[in-house]
Amino acid sequence: MQLTVWTYEGPPHVGAMRVATGMTGLHYVLHAPQGDTYADLLFTMIERRGERPPVTYTTFQARDLGTDTAELFQKAARDAYDRFAPQAMIVGASCTAELIQDDPAGLALTMGLPCPIIALDLPSYSHKENWGAAETFYQIVRQLADKDRKPAARDGRRPRANLLGPTALGFRHRDDVAEITRLLGNLGIDVHVAAPMGSTPAAIATMGEADFNIVLYPEIAHEAARWLEKTFGQKYTRTVPIGVGATREFIAEVCGLAGIEAPADPDAGRMPWWSRSVDSTYLTGKRVFIFGDATHAVAAARIARDELGFEVVGLGCYNREFARDIRAAAKLYGVEPLITDDYLVVEEAIAASACELVLGTQMERHIAKRLRLPCAVISAPVHVQDFPARHSPQMGFEGANVIFDTWVHPLVMGLEEHLLTMFRDDFEFSDAAGASHLGGHGAAAPAAVEHEPAPAPHADVAVLERPQTDADGWTAEGARELQKIPFFVRGKAKRNTERYAAEKGLAVISVETLYEAKAHYAR
Amino acid sequence: MTAVLAPAHAPESLPVLRERGQREVFCGLTGIIWLHRKVQDAFFLVVGSRTCAHLLQSAAGVMVFAEPRFGTAIIEERDLAGLADANEELDKVVRQLLARRPEIKLLFLVGSCPSEVIKLDLSRAAQRLNGSYPGVKILNYSGSGIETTFTQGEDACLAALVPEMREDPVDQLLIVGALPDVVEDQFRRLFADLGITRVETLPPRRAKDLPGVGPGTRFLLAQPFLGDTARMLETRGARHLPAMFPFGAEGTTAWLHAAATEFGIDEMHFRSVVAPGRERAKRALAHHAARLNGKSIFFMPDSQLEVPLARFLANELGMTLVEVGTPYLHRGHLADDLAALPAGVQISEGQDVDKQLDRVRAAKPDLTVCGLGLANPLEREGLSTKWAIELVFSPVHGFEQAGDLAELFARPLVRRDRLTV
Repeated sequence: MQLTVWTYEGPPHVGAMRVATGMTGLHYVLHAPQGDTYADLLFTMIERRGERPPVTYTTFQARDLGTDTAELFQKAARDAYDRFAPQAMIVGASCTAELIQDDPAGLALTMGLPCPIIALDLPSYSHKENWGAAETFYQIVRQLADKDRKPAARDGRRPRANLLGPTALGFRHRDDVAEITRLLGNLGIDVHVAAPMGSTPAAIATMGEADFNIVLYPEIAHEAARWLEKTFGQKYTRTVPIGVGATREFIAEVCGLAGIEAPADPDAGRMPWWSRSVDSTYLTGKRVFIFGDATHAVAAARIARDELGFEVVGLGCYNREFARDIRAAAKLYGVEPLITDDYLVVEEAIAASACELVLGTQMERHIAKRLRLPCAVISAPVHVQDFPARHSPQMGFEGANVIFDTWVHPLVMGLEEHLLTMFRDDFEFSDAAGASHLGGHGAAAPAAVEHEPAPAPHADVAVLERPQTDADGWTAEGARELQKIPFFVRGKAKRNTERYAAEKGLAVISVETLYEAKAHYAR
Repeated sequence: MTAVLAPAHAPESLPVLRERGQREVFCGLTGIIWLHRKVQDAFFLVVGSRTCAHLLQSAAGVMVFAEPRFGTAIIEERDLAGLADANEELDKVVRQLLARRPEIKLLFLVGSCPSEVIKLDLSRAAQRLNGSYPGVKILNYSGSGIETTFTQGEDACLAALVPEMREDPVDQLLIVGALPDVVEDQFRRLFADLGITRVETLPPRRAKDLPGVGPGTRFLLAQPFLGDTARMLETRGARHLPAMFPFGAEGTTAWLHAAATEFGIDEMHFRSVVAPGRERAKRALAHHAARLNGKSIFFMPDSQLEVPLARFLANELGMTLVEVGTPYLHRGHLADDLAALPAGVQISEGQDVDKQLDRVRAAKPDLTVCGLGLANPLEREGLSTKWAIELVFSPVHGFEQAGDLAELFARPLVRRDRLTV
C-alpha cells in the first residue's frame, strides 16, 4: 500500500477512456461499479467537451456480486451496441471488476456482436493512466489496421504520414495536432490519419497507406509505432518538436523520412529574437525546477537551458516507464534525476532546490503556490485552465512562441527585479510583498525564511569581549545584511559564508565576513 | 415508540418509476470532500485503488490548495498477491500518516469497492489500531460504490460516530447532518430565541465536541439522506422529529416548528421568533419567482435532496416538475415533503441513464438538474442545466439562504437570456 495525497496519473482504464473519447465510432464497455462514472467529468468539465465520453459502465452493486455480474456485463454490451451502433467496441474492467474476474473480453467475444471487439487487459493495481492509453491504442491499431493496405506509388504525389499519440484530455494535444499538420503541409507532407484523437476505426484500418509515422507523444504512441514499423515497414520519428531547436531537428528528420529536401532556413517564428533581445537579459541563469511527464520535461529542460539561458536545477518525471530518458537528460544538465510519483517528495525537492521558477504540472502549481514561487504548466495532469479558448500549441515554432510567453510572464520583469534588489527594505516593494503583476497573491517570501535574530540586549554589549552573535555565529548586523540577499539564494549565501568562516577559523560572522565569502566564491 | 409518522394522505400510492442500468452518480467516497472540512481535526484515509484517489482529486481536489485532510492508501499488486500482509501495510500507512499529521484526533478508515471485494476488514483494523495512538480515535465506514451512492457516504460516516457518543439522558435537540458553519450558527440562534437551550450538532466541528445521546435526545434531520444515522440514533434512545426539510420559507418554518412543538414552545412565541426570517426569505424568493414561475424542471438522481428541493421549487416558486429522480427514496423521512408535492408528479428511483436522457430530450425541460458528466453535453444540445453538486456544496438551508437557493436555479436561465454569442 502506498499513501497518496494527490496522484499524477489515474488508473489505466482512464487512459483507455482518453483514447476512446478522442475517437468517433468507437465505444467502450467498462465493467465497473457505481461511481466510476466520475471519470466522465474529466472530459465534460476539464476539457469542456459537449458530448459524453463513449463509455457504458455496467454499474454493478454489492447485491449483484452474489448473483450474475457476467450477465449484467453482457446486457450492458448488447444495449450499448444497439444504442450507439459503433464501428468497433473495446471492452475491459476497472479496478473492482478486475477483482471479481468476470472476463469481460471472453464474455463479449462470445456474444456475436456484429462489430470488431477489442479486449483490453489493463491491470489496475500495477499500471497507470499513460500505460493504459498506450496499451489501448496499440491493441486498437493491432486489431483494426488492415495488413493488406500499402502506400500508393509515389508518382509525384505528396508524401503521407500518420500522426500518432494525441488523445482526449491531453495537454495541448488539440493545438499541437493543428500546428504540426500545418507545419507538415508547408513542407509538402500530408497527414494521412491522426490517431487516436480525430480518427475512427475505419480510418485506423487504412494506416498502412501512409509512408511513415510521426510520434508526437511517445508515452502513448511508442508501442503502436513499433508495431506499425514491424508490420508495414513504416519508419517513425524520434524527435518531439517542442522548442525551436527540436522543431528544426524534427523538420530535418521528417524530410529525411519523406525523401524530400529540407528547407535551408525554415522560418523559426519570433521566439529566437524574443530571447536574444536585451529585455530578456534578466532571464540569464534563472534557476528552474522541471517536473512532468518525461517527454515534456526533457523538452522543457532543453528549451530552458539552450533557448532561454536558464539554469536547470532540478529535473524529473512521474512516469517510471520513461525514466531512462530523464536520467540521460539529467546527466546532460548535471542534476540528480527525480523519478517519483509521490507528490510530497517532489515538494521537498522543489523546496530544497532554491529555484526561481517551477515548470511542472497541476500538482507543481499547488506546490509552487504554497512555496510562493512562480510556476508555468508544461505537462499533464491538467486543469480546466490548461484548455484555453485560443490556439496555444506547445509544438512547432508557434509552440515555442507560446512557451516563451507562458514561462516568462510569471517571472518578475527585468527592471522591477533590479529595483527590488536595490531597495530591498522598501516596506511595500520587496520580495516579501511579491511582484506587482502577481496582484499580491503571488510570489511573496516563503514561509521558510530565517527570522531576524533578536536584537542583542544593550546592557550586555559593553561587558562582552566579542560582539554578541546568534547560534550560528552571525552578528546582528551580519544577519541583517544577509536578509537583504534575495530569498532564493539566501540559504546558499548563508551556507557558503559559514563554510568560509569555518575554513578561516572565524568564530564571528560579520558583514565583512559575508562579503569576503562572496568574493571568495565568486565565479 | 419511535415510529416515523406518516401523514394522513400517505404517499404510498405515489407512482414511482424504478430503473436499473448505468448510473451517472458519484460513490459515497465523495462525501469526504465536504466532511473533511467540516470536522477540523478528522482525517479520512480511503483504503482503495488508484481510481479512488483519482475520483477524490477529480471531484474536488484540484480546487483545494491547502493540504487536504484526506488521502488514499492505494492497494497494490503485492497486497493482492499476498506478498505483503494487507493489515501490516495498512498499519504502516497509518503510522506514516499520523506522524505527518500529529494534530489529527479522529481517523476514519474508509472502505472502498476494492477493499470490500477483497474483504479487508477495516472494523477489525480500526479496533486493532485504537489505543496505539494516544489521543487519536480510529473509526471506519464504507464509502464504496457497490454499497453507497454519493451522499450516503455522509450517512455511513455519521452512523459510525453514533456508537462513540457518550450516554447522556439530558433533554436536548440534536441537529443531524453536516451544514455549513454559517447555517449551523443561524439555526442555533433561532433555537436559542425560541427557548430551546441545549442544542448539539452531529457531526461536531471538532471530534472532542462529539455530543452525548440518550432518551432525552430529540433530533432533526438537516439532510434527507441520513437513514442509517437516524436508525442508529434511535437505538440509542433518541427520537426523530419528522418534518419537511429546511429549504425555503415553508420548509424551514415546518422544520423549526417540529422542534418547537416537541419542546413545548408557545405557538405565539414561535411565530414571533420565526416571522422576521420567514419574511426575509419570502422577500428574497420574490426576486426569483418571476423568473422561475411556470418553468419546467427535470431532476436526474444525484444527492437525495431532489424530493425536498422539488417541493420547494414547485410550492414556493411555481415551477413545474417533469420528473423527480432520486437515487433512493426514503419514504419515511421524506413523508412530509412527498405529501406536499403536487399531485401526479413522476418520481423515479435508481437510474438507467440513457433511457432517462431520452425522457429529458423528449420533455425539453427549461432546466435539468444533473451531475457534472451530463451538464455540458445537455447544454450542447440546447438544454439549460444546473449542476447538482453545487446544491450539496453551497449554503442552501434555512431562511437566510432561501433566496440563494432559488438563485442557483435562476442563474442558468438568466445567463441563457443574457448571452448573445
